[in-house]
Parts: sequence; structure tokens; C-alpha cells
Amino acid sequence: MDTKKTSLYKLHQDCNAKFVEFAGYHMPIQYSEGIVEEHKFTRNHSGVFDVSHMGQLFIYGGDELIKDLEKIFPLDLKNLKLNHSKYSFLMNKDAGIQDDLIITKISEGFLIILNAACKNDDYKILKGWLNEKYKMVLDENRSLIAIQGPKSSQILNEVISKVKDLNFMSGNWFLFDNQKVYITRSGYTGEDGFEISIPNNFVDKLTRELIDKGSKLVGLGARDTLRLEAGLCLYGHDLDKDKTPVEANLKWAISKERISKGDFIGSDIIIKQLNNGVTKIRVGIKPEGRIIAREKTKIFNQSDVHIGEITSGTFGPSVNGPVAMGYVENEFSKKNTKVFLEVRGKKYAASICSLPFYKKSYVKGAN
Amino acid sequence: MSEVKYSKEHEWIKLDGDVATIGITKHATEMLGDIVFAELPEKGSSVEKDGTAGVVESTKAASDVYTPVSGEVVDTNQAIVDDPSKINQDPENSAWFFKLKIKDVSEMESLMNKEDYDKFAKENA
Repeated sequence: MDTKKTSLYKLHQDCNAKFVEFAGYHMPIQYSEGIVEEHKFTRNHSGVFDVSHMGQLFIYGGDELIKDLEKIFPLDLKNLKLNHSKYSFLMNKDAGIQDDLIITKISEGFLIILNAACKNDDYKILKGWLNEKYKMVLDENRSLIAIQGPKSSQILNEVISKVKDLNFMSGNWFLFDNQKVYITRSGYTGEDGFEISIPNNFVDKLTRELIDKGSKLVGLGARDTLRLEAGLCLYGHDLDKDKTPVEANLKWAISKERISKGDFIGSDIIIKQLNNGVTKIRVGIKPEGRIIAREKTKIFNQSDVHIGEITSGTFGPSVNGPVAMGYVENEFSKKNTKVFLEVRGKKYAASICSLPFYKKSYVKGAN
Repeated sequence: MSEVKYSKEHEWIKLDGDVATIGITKHATEMLGDIVFAELPEKGSSVEKDGTAGVVESTKAASDVYTPVSGEVVDTNQAIVDDPSKINQDPENSAWFFKLKIKDVSEMESLMNKEDYDKFAKENA
């Protein structure tokens, strides 16, 4: 299959992007200033990201759809207000995570943002589980961009007025060039920001306007360092089919009300794990010094026993040091537990730490 | 002091008497991106031509640093370990990696001059 290009490909080229193939798309890993500068610019000003490779799944339906989706997602969807969003996951019957996602209630049904590498499988799985009862569109005619960082609200508001009134994890339809765009106040960098779903033919124009107003394009390289500093999981690395939301330390995203009923796919495993605990759990890991422990690095306890593995690790430009996440045996998951990381045959000291590595409070909006 | 020579692994080497100063090329730093970690060989250790003699890491990945000639490590540049961003800023000068007391000067013969290296780098970009 040919590698796809997003509608911003030309703009990426104009901005000297270095491309990589990611989930079947030519995506910019960085632009001329490089990952560290792009990362810092996002934290201090505003970065704009092309995330058009991600899936935008619209499912149309009313109360029956809500009931059917509650059999799939561990969310209290009947009480999810119009234009409000929740982080969730698609699980298999063993509660293994097939994908993590953001689901938003829109007036005609739901909009679900899916990972690029999983979107086609997710579509098939959902279609099957929903017995083809509802109209589902994995929309290839819309692009998705994110604008993230403290100046983003002001910049986007200059182009599309009143977006700054949105609250965190809520959205609405706005107009840009007489086109309907759906904007949510959300993101995946640990910064205040927005994600904008816009028809393909207009995304280039909107993105160039945001750059004119002071935002800068930021590639997937900095997106990865930003999300890792923010303690956020990357599917295929920190999350996969062999890990449950409880093991991934994401139980905050599971509705308590829904657990008490236990009527969603994977709920029996989730309830068992919540009651009995888990053997492995996701933790933050801070290496001492400058050593970078990357994915698949083995973790050992003080008695040199193998207790886990790193799932994401890099250098955090805002933390100005190495940062990592991984899974360790539950008894070694307490904050400040000393562990050792095997890098190139040598063991280096590290400690278990709380997430995120970098914290900034999300803007709650005007209210 | 002799002319600077270059390896296919993108190291530069400058010989002064029997001591060679070795670092990575500007082209290498451009391919790697922002360097955030550097590990150097131990002073007093011996390294073999084309063997690993250090590591550099960008935010994206780790890459080995090779030595283009054999010898004994007589000095290392702690400044680039403390602040690896110096490697991006001045790779072919102040951000040298290590100095070797070389074993066999003939090992220099197979290395490229600047013109050949620039051509090689362009073709392998």
C-alpha cells in the first residue's frame, strides 16, 4: 500500500520538514529548528501539529446508540453532556487495550478520535459490535490539527473568534471561511490547547494563518517528548492488547458507576483487577544523571532481579533530563523505589516517580 | 599538523604528532538532530579501528561512535558530556570527543580527505 500524504504535505515541505513513515503516512518528524526548539516553543508559546493521520470516526445515533456504546466503553455516556469529551479505550474481552481514544458527544451522535495505526481495525471492531445498526463514517475528508501551548488560545481566537470561551475537554462547531470546523479544548502535550477538525481543502489555509499569528509547526518528534513529559501514554508502546487500563494506571478514566454495574466488554477482568490488584503496573521512571533508557530497556530491583521493562523513554527538554515510563511488578511501584536500568550492558540507577514529569494546569476556560 | 581526514562512519580525525583528535562531523550532527547525551571511552583504554568508542543520543535514538584508527585513549572531552548540545554547535572544533595515541599511522591512509568526504556525505544524505 502506498504511503499516504496529509493535506498539509505541501506546507510541511515548505517548512523544511524531515519526513518519516508513521502508520502508513508521510509525517513530519521535525522541521528546521529541531525537536528541542519545537518542544520548548510549544511549552512557552504555541505549536501547531498535523495529526490528520489520526482517525475521525463519526457514529450517528440517539439513545439506543448510547446504550450500545456503554456495552463497549467504560464510560457514563448517558450523562455525557453535549459537546463534552472523555478519554477512554477500546478493550477486548480480556480488557486488553485495542486503542485509546477521545470520545465527544455531538448532537447527531459521537465523534471518536482514534490512533492512526489502529483506526481501520477499530472501525471494523466497532461496526461488528454495533451489529451495523448505525451509520459510521471514518472521515477521510477532514483533517485534524492541534494547537498547543500558552499562547494558543489567543492565537486561535484571533482567527476563529470565541474559541477561548471553550472549557477544557469540551468542544463546539465554529466557522472558518464559511466551513464548519469542530474544535475541542484538548490535546496531548500537557499544555492548554485545541484540536480542530476541518475539511481537507481548508486546513492549509487555517494552518498558515495560525503560523502568521505566531504559532509554529511542530513535528511528531517533539509531540513525543511533550506527551512523555506530561506522563501521557503512546499506543503501541505504553499501551497494547496485553495491558489493561488498570495495569496502565488509567483507572481514573473508568466510570465508577459503570464498574458497579459491570456490563461492558472486559468488565469482569477490570473488576477482578480493581478488587485483587494487578501484578504489573505502569509507573514513571527517572534515571539518575543523563542516561537515556529507551523502550525495551530492562528494569531490575536492588537484588538484581528483573522486575519490568521501559515502554517509552527519551530526553525531556523542559525537564532538562531523561524521562521514562514503564511497567514494573506491583511491589516495586511505590514512589522513590530505587531500581536499575540496563543500558548497553551496564546498570544505571533510577527511581520510580509520580507522573507527570512536567506539570502545568490546564485552563478551565472562562467559566 | 596534518590535514583533517574523515571516515565513512562520519568521524573526523586530526593528527598532531602521534596523537589524533577525533570527533563527529557536522553532517553527522545534522542527521542526528539535537544531541542530548554523549558517552566517551575511558581514559587509558584501548580502542580498535572501526570499533565502538562512544555513544551519542538524540531525543529520537542512540547511535554508536566509532574510532577510525586504533590507539590508547589519552584524553576525553568532558565538556560535551556535561552539555551535549555543544556537539551540535561546534562539532568539528571545540566539541571533539577523544584523543588517541595512535598505534599505526598507516590506518589513516584509507580515510577520506574533505573533498571526498563531502561528496560521500552528499550521496549518503
